[in-house]
Formats: sequence, C-alpha cells, structure tokens
Amino acid sequence: MSSVRLLVGTRKGAFVLTSDGKRRGWKIEGPHFGGWEIYHMKGSPANPNRIYASQSTSWFGQLIQRSDDGGATWEPVGNEFVYDGEPGTHTWYDGTPHPWEFARVWHLEPSLHDPDLVYAGVEDAALFRSSDGGRNWEELSALRKHPSGPSWQPGAGGMCLHTILLDPRDPARMYGAISAAGVFRSDDAGASWRPMNRGLRSNGIPDEDAEVGHCVHRIAMHPKHPDRLYMQKHWDVMRSDDGGESWSEVSGNLPTDFGFPIDVHAHEPQTIYVVPITSDSQHFPPDARLRVYRSRTGGNEWEALTNGLPQEHCYVNVLRDAMAVDKLDSCGVYFGTTGGQVYASTDSGDHWTAIARDFPAVLSVEAQTLP
Amino acid sequence: MIRVILPAHLRALARVNGEVSFEISGEITQRALLDALESQYPMLRGTIRDHVTQRRRPYVRFFACETDLSHQRPDAPLPQAVADGMEPFLVVGAMAGG
Repeated sequence: MSSVRLLVGTRKGAFVLTSDGKRRGWKIEGPHFGGWEIYHMKGSPANPNRIYASQSTSWFGQLIQRSDDGGATWEPVGNEFVYDGEPGTHTWYDGTPHPWEFARVWHLEPSLHDPDLVYAGVEDAALFRSSDGGRNWEELSALRKHPSGPSWQPGAGGMCLHTILLDPRDPARMYGAISAAGVFRSDDAGASWRPMNRGLRSNGIPDEDAEVGHCVHRIAMHPKHPDRLYMQKHWDVMRSDDGGESWSEVSGNLPTDFGFPIDVHAHEPQTIYVVPITSDSQHFPPDARLRVYRSRTGGNEWEALTNGLPQEHCYVNVLRDAMAVDKLDSCGVYFGTTGGQVYASTDSGDHWTAIARDFPAVLSVEAQTLP
Repeated sequence: MIRVILPAHLRALARVNGEVSFEISGEITQRALLDALESQYPMLRGTIRDHVTQRRRPYVRFFACETDLSHQRPDAPLPQAVADGMEPFLVVGAMAGG
C-alpha cells in the first residue's frame, strides 16, 4: 500500500511525518536539528530516501544535511557556497549598490533523474549545483551575471532565489524565481538565462512593465503540462501558457491579491491552490479566516475551502514553500502555517484536518508519495 | 594537548560530548587551533569562521583565561595556559535573543 511522507521545515528544526495511504493517522519524528532554521527539505524523485535539508542560523551559518534513509538519520555534507568570480553589487533597498553576500539556502531542488544532482537557490540570489550529493557546490553564475543583475533589489525577506522548476520534458530547461527580480528561464541547463516577466504588472516600481523588478513569490508547474506555469506574485495570481514568455492575470474573485504559496493538483493540471493573505503589512488572512482557495479552471474562478480550517480569530501566514500535494488517487493537499499548524486534506481540499498543531513556525512543507 | 569547548549546537553537529582535545605542532595561535579543529571535525567548516575570508562569524566569540580573544589577530599566540592545556579555548555563540 502506498504511503506519504511529509518533510516539514520550521524555524526551530525539521520534522518528518509519515502515514499510510489512508492518511488518517500520522507519525511525527523530530525535531531534527532542533534550534536551527530549516528553510527547506526535499527528497529526490529518483530515490525518495535521499533527502536534502537546508539548515541555518544567524550564529553558525549554513549547513546542508543529507539523509539516505528517508530522514531517519542525517549527515552534514558541503556548505561552501562561493560566488563565481568577483560577485559585484546589486541594488539595496535604498537604491545604492550593495555587495552580493551569501546568507542562506532557501530552496533545494533535486534532479528528476539523478539523486546526486541537486540545485540550491540562495540569498543573495544565485543558483548553485552539486553533482556529488551535496558535497561540493558550484555556482551557475550566468543567472547572477545577467545584465540586469546589478539592478535586482531584495524583497522584504531578502533577495532570495526561492523557486526552482525543472522541466520534465526537457532536462536543459529550468526556471528560477527571485524576489524581487522575477522569473528567469534557461534552455541550456543554466548556461544562459532570459527574464520571463512579460505581462507582470507591479504597482510602485517606476516602470510597471519593467523586464525585471517584480516581486514573484512562487511559481508552480504540473509535470504533464510543463509549458503552463502558475504564479503567486506580491500583487496578483498569474498564469503563463507559453513557458513564461507571457503572463496574464487570473486573480478573478480572490479576496486579496497577495499571498505566498501556489500549487497544482497532482492529477488535474487546471486545479490550483492559493492562500490569500492581506497585505502589505498585515500578512494574515482576510477577515481572520484561514481559507485555501481552489480554482478548477486554471484561475479566474475560485472557491473558498474552509471545512476544518479556523474561521475566526486566525492570524497566521502561510509561507511560499509551505504547501505541497501528494500523488495518491485522491490527491492530498498539505500546508503549514507560521502558527505551527500543519493542515492536511485527503480529498483535494474539500476537508481539512490539523495533523500538527504546535510546531514552531512552518517554513516549508514537501510531500513524498511512496510505493 | 589543546582543549576546546564548543557551544551546544556545534557539539551536536560534531557529535561530541564535552570538550574536544587535540595536538597542534608549531605555534599555538587562533588560526592554528581552528585549522586543527576543522581538520578533525570537517563538519564545523564554515560554522565558526567564513569559508573564504576566514573571518570569525559575527555571532561567535572566543574566550580563554577569562579574556575575550575574539578581536585578537588570528596569528597572535594564544595564552600559554591554552597552549599547555591548562585552560580550554571557548567558542561561544553570542547570547542574542529576546
């Protein structure tokens, strides 16, 4: 019988939650690395027992941990993230040049085919690759060295490369999304990159149609339709049907234009999920009601999913990597909150149950569907 | 024998309990001590000082013999009591929080 393993990164450690295919009861193991921030954990699609974790603190910096037994035991691997050449400057919040400085790894994306090949998106924004299971890291520096690089500015959370998407149809095509620069695509395995932000509109930047400078919060892809991308941006939910060449707004009837995560149903490429949040500064759900919104039409028409979610006095946030789906026949959807809850739905979002209530603030959730 | 006391997080990372100790040949300096420490416990590389610049991380301090050695030059000799193993060299995570 299939089972599900959730990898939950929090402000104070990593948790591994497992359940059988019914997903009624969950076994919780952790915290691993208690006291450390775990920005992201992700398993290799080629070998699900190979899991990578990004572990950091302001005190002792960045570590990468690797497990080869599904998260039961861990081994620190390489943590030397050195920019290629003279890093130069990007633009600081106040518009002045600011040196490129490594802060942390936000996102780890293992190859679809090779458990030893893994990509890391870091702050200050850059893309690194390891081909030896995380022991050594090299920067794919063409992204950071894009001519627009000196103009990139950080979002409120820092200038992070937070999303990496790998095209299952074409191993040379990959996407990176940077807050607050935008989406970039490579068609040659990272040797060169093009901004993919046409159609994004961002109020408050001098040229609202600018090629870069957009605060993209997350992008998502369904593996069967890799040319269709979905985006939660600082303003608006967007969709591209042409591999990021152009974007159109699909916010429709959402109650706010802001949020962080966006994800796609495992079996319905048109079904997507977001969690609207009130911005710019509140960053909690509108009307203090925690609602996941689902569109079955690729956006524009949205329904609120509330069954099992708090509908009063709720002031949590859901961060960009803190939503995931499993691949069981009845698609499971999961998300974690800054209040330490992890919610699960076994029926595509119709009903929700809290499977953890008192974790540290959740930074990331990934779901693995195991045979 | 040089004695080093690590903060709890780094003891957990290095999988040690209590003090760690090792021999160093040549002059006993902060750099020599940290080089030897990282050689014996490679997982600590980058956690106490930056990989590239070799600068102490901002929230890490060094103490020995009731003295803050954090701002000593890396190649300055450490106190004789540390070199003799009479006193430990303390790596301390800054008390920051609130």
